[in-house]
Amino acid sequence: MIPELGHLALILALLMALVQAIFPLAGSWRGKEQWLALAKPAAQAQTLFILLAYACLTYAFITHDFSVKYVAGTSHSSLPLLYRISGVWGAHEGSLLLWVTLLAVWTLAVSGFNRGMPPLMLARVLGVMGCVSVGFLLFLLVTSNPFERLVPASLNGRSLNPLLQDPGLAFHPPMLYMGYVGFAVAFAFAIAAMLEGKLDAVWIRWVRPWTNVAWVFLTLGIALGSWWAYYELGWGGWWFWDPVENASLMPWLMGTALVHSLAVTEKRGAFKAWTVLLAISAFSLSLLGTFLVRSGVLTSVHAFANDPERGVFILAFLAAVVGVSLTLYAVKAHQMEGGQGFQALSRESGLLMNNVILTVMAASVLLGTLYPLVLDALAVGKISVGPPYFNAIIVPLGLLLAVLMLLGPLLRWRQDNLRQVGKSLLAALLWWRHKRSLSGWGMWLAHLGVVVLMVGITMTSLYSSGKDVRMAVRQHYLLDGYDFHFVGIKESVGENYLAYRGTFDIHQGDQLVSQLLPEKRNYGGQSMPMTEAGIDGGLFRDLFVALGEPLDGGTWSLRIYHKPFIRWIWLGTLLMALGGLLAALDGRYWRKVGGAE
Amino acid sequence: MSRYFIPLAGFLLLLVLLAVGLNLNPREVPSPFIGKPAPSFTLPSLYGEASISPANLKGEVWLLNVWASWCATCQQEHVMLEYLIKRADIKAIGLNYKDQAGDAKRWLERLGNPFQSVVMDTDGKAGIEWGVYGTPETFIIDAQGVVRHKHIGALTEPVVQRELLPLIQQLRKEATP
Repeated sequence: MIPELGHLALILALLMALVQAIFPLAGSWRGKEQWLALAKPAAQAQTLFILLAYACLTYAFITHDFSVKYVAGTSHSSLPLLYRISGVWGAHEGSLLLWVTLLAVWTLAVSGFNRGMPPLMLARVLGVMGCVSVGFLLFLLVTSNPFERLVPASLNGRSLNPLLQDPGLAFHPPMLYMGYVGFAVAFAFAIAAMLEGKLDAVWIRWVRPWTNVAWVFLTLGIALGSWWAYYELGWGGWWFWDPVENASLMPWLMGTALVHSLAVTEKRGAFKAWTVLLAISAFSLSLLGTFLVRSGVLTSVHAFANDPERGVFILAFLAAVVGVSLTLYAVKAHQMEGGQGFQALSRESGLLMNNVILTVMAASVLLGTLYPLVLDALAVGKISVGPPYFNAIIVPLGLLLAVLMLLGPLLRWRQDNLRQVGKSLLAALLWWRHKRSLSGWGMWLAHLGVVVLMVGITMTSLYSSGKDVRMAVRQHYLLDGYDFHFVGIKESVGENYLAYRGTFDIHQGDQLVSQLLPEKRNYGGQSMPMTEAGIDGGLFRDLFVALGEPLDGGTWSLRIYHKPFIRWIWLGTLLMALGGLLAALDGRYWRKVGGAE
Repeated sequence: MSRYFIPLAGFLLLLVLLAVGLNLNPREVPSPFIGKPAPSFTLPSLYGEASISPANLKGEVWLLNVWASWCATCQQEHVMLEYLIKRADIKAIGLNYKDQAGDAKRWLERLGNPFQSVVMDTDGKAGIEWGVYGTPETFIIDAQGVVRHKHIGALTEPVVQRELLPLIQQLRKEATP
């Protein structure tokens, strides 16, 4: 009964989304004000129904309703409550439902925080978001209905992939999706601006904070994913250039470029067409990422249940959304020319360089991700592009970007000269004496985050050591001055798994530094044992032990790492996110409109 | 105005590529073991009968199923496996992978034993020789002792009906010219 209610709610949400998509856009075209007024109530009703559907699925998970196919495939009666709630987005259907739910939440936020937004603009923005929502709801209902029943009902579920039974991963998809979906807002504003034929200060004031918030979520989402990969997969790495990771990195790079190009558009009225193109690109790449993950065109560690039928649907949707918006761009972008000129040495040219580099990075990642597909399509052969390619391109570009990032904020708008830059450089050394707006502090903090991130990446790549060893109980292994002592191993019982738990004492000199308890877990119902690494984290170094396989004679194969500064990678991303948030909270975006510009 | 059309043109190219890619299967990675002679093993058998090795099976088409009592998917495919063995009337060897003899025997008693013989690969070494990714996996070996097919994961009805049964028939035809 409850699952059918959820299904019905989804259908009603689709109808509301259709109203929200058709009437405001048609009304803005035909000049019918009553039609515009439908946007807000339709958006709110749509959100209500989607939230209801989401609640129904969550209820089915919590109450172990294994007559629902999706629940039977993703949950298990022994699954703890937290993972039953996060299990909702543990596979394709539910994660898609999460996608539309978050889109609905963003839509609700846009329709709520709109004081002073011209009604025409609001109607268009909501209309475009309605179109996106229609696409995804259709996708859900036609190819991936999460409420489908299983006849006869299963006695128990197949359980959630043990890899996903982890708090870090429980929150990774919602964060990431908040970012992806948030770019839909920037995208909707960009389309609205093109329909309007102009892009003005009011527009910027609305788009900048939304874009920043989306960017913050995406940053946190990617960081959580990387953090999870580090301590759950037991490989000791934090980024693998996996197609799915790349799929999240591309919109992030374009989103970062967008955040910066918006600054130029706000301060100087320049880069307008480019800003619009970036907003379209960031969202298109989010959609492309969705396509790559779910259609099965690329192999990846993130093995979603792939289905060519779904692939065809997303491809058609991608073609419609991106095709229409780029056509609109081709026709309308010339109306957004203008803005004041600038000289070679100026803040504008610094930010232009930033945009060029970020775009080249995103294009390179796209090329590397799709290259195997290109070769396969041309029947040349099956290959995979790995870290050597990506590192060779991204590392030098990243360094260049870092240099620009340090100098750029010192440059003045429009024109500058070297002497002035020198003075600014000196003044910057006394940074705490500067008076800054909240967004100024945000920028400063985010840039500091990039520096911290780069220190982390550099130190970790240069000074990490790791070793695969074979050890028996009571043996020692010395790595970088740390003495790893294998104290013992015993069986232990978790909430829904059995495990071998090893104990390792780590001494530096005579001092006991840490005790690590790595585990090898066996979840019932799944064939693969899971590695739960023992990690002693610190600001300046991590010590890491992962249990491999038991070998004969009571010995174990083990993986031991010493990783200096690795936490700086996530600390840096955290600072970047915090900076983005501060900038979004700047008073100038939230003050009542109507005063002087 | 024309430069504003560049993004659209680029995107259309990308679309064509993705549409082509959709019809390809990246998971179809050819296994290096296909077309090679079946790796040999000498393993203790579960029920203590004379130990069996791939060399003694030359001259007929046979099947190797990798399974374990701890593997839920094996339980799921068991009915299909029994059907396949009965329908094709094929000699089937069970490779009991990283398992305990007691558990394995109890499992077969409960679900039925379709195998001619079950060998115990307790430390998984034979599994490595055969390139086993996980359980269950099913190999088809021809009369010359060459591995001709490998199915990863549970046997399903379409797999058995459309792939394995015709393949076994064809391999038998090859063996008797």
